Amino acid sequence: MPKLSVWFVRASLLYLLLGSLFGALLLAQKGIPFHAAVWYLFPLHMEFLLVGWLIQLAMGVAFWIIPRFSQGSSRGPVGLVWVSFALLNAGILITAFQYWLPDAVLIGRIAEVVAGILFVIGSWRRVKPHGVM
Amino acid sequence: MPLLTRTFIKTGMVCLALALVLGILLALGVTNGLFPVYIHLLVFGWLTQLIFGVIFWMFPKYSVKKPRGSEALGWWTYALLNIGLLLRAVAEPIQSTRANPLSGWMLVLSAILQFLSGLLFVVNSWGRVKEK
Ligand code: HEM
Repeated sequence: MPKLSVWFVRASLLYLLLGSLFGALLLAQKGIPFHAAVWYLFPLHMEFLLVGWLIQLAMGVAFWIIPRFSQGSSRGPVGLVWVSFALLNAGILITAFQYWLPDAVLIGRIAEVVAGILFVIGSWRRVKPHGVM
Repeated sequence: MPLLTRTFIKTGMVCLALALVLGILLALGVTNGLFPVYIHLLVFGWLTQLIFGVIFWMFPKYSVKKPRGSEALGWWTYALLNIGLLLRAVAEPIQSTRANPLSGWMLVLSAILQFLSGLLFVVNSWGRVKEK
């Protein structure tokens, strides 16, 4: 597994952990209410699990597994995908500040979208038939 | 494909099928507490469970002696995930229509089991996420 995938996948495991902790607190609150402020975790639960866990894991595993080039950089423009990794995680973390920063969700989501676009650009040519260099 | 992986994937498929049936009920207007159950059968029972199974199967070897980490932890992950999710699927609709201490505490228990499932999965997989 290349270094960048290790970062993607480890980050996604951390989001799985945090996201399910938040989910567990929410579910317990629905069962036996103990602190109404727990509901503030709801948007973070969704963001951390859908983007931080599912999407990020898919990106990390794709970067590792999809076909490589036999000439030049085997996994294409790696630097671009590093920027995608950084923007994705910055975006997720920025949305977590939505209760303090009114535009945090918008800014965070824009960072996530740019991350997605860079990832697509960085991977596009690797989705190719067997034998194509 | 190891037995644990097959069990994860097939249980995940059952969750997918159940979710799709719930989708029909939701479309028919039966909504009481079913929406979150529907979503989590999809994202946790199906997607996440499928991923757990495939990661256990395909990720880099933990060591020569223990290529897949701890198989026992893997089975605990499986049991906690599915018992937790099932408890939720039963208790959440009850809690949102006729809330009572039993369904309330079932949700608390379900929350703990599901969180522990994720925790054990991360503990067991962390060491397999490494550069070659
Ligand atoms: C430990 C496991 C989990 C627990 C205990 C949990 C708990 C919860 C709770 C209590 C809610 C609020 C439901 C409501 O009243 O509206 C919720 C919503 C949500 N969760 Fe989770 N969750 C878990 C795992 C996941 C995972 C793995 C994902 C995605 C990958 C996810 C995605 C969502 C989404 C999209 C919603 C919004 C839809 C809804 O309200 O049902 N959850 N979760």
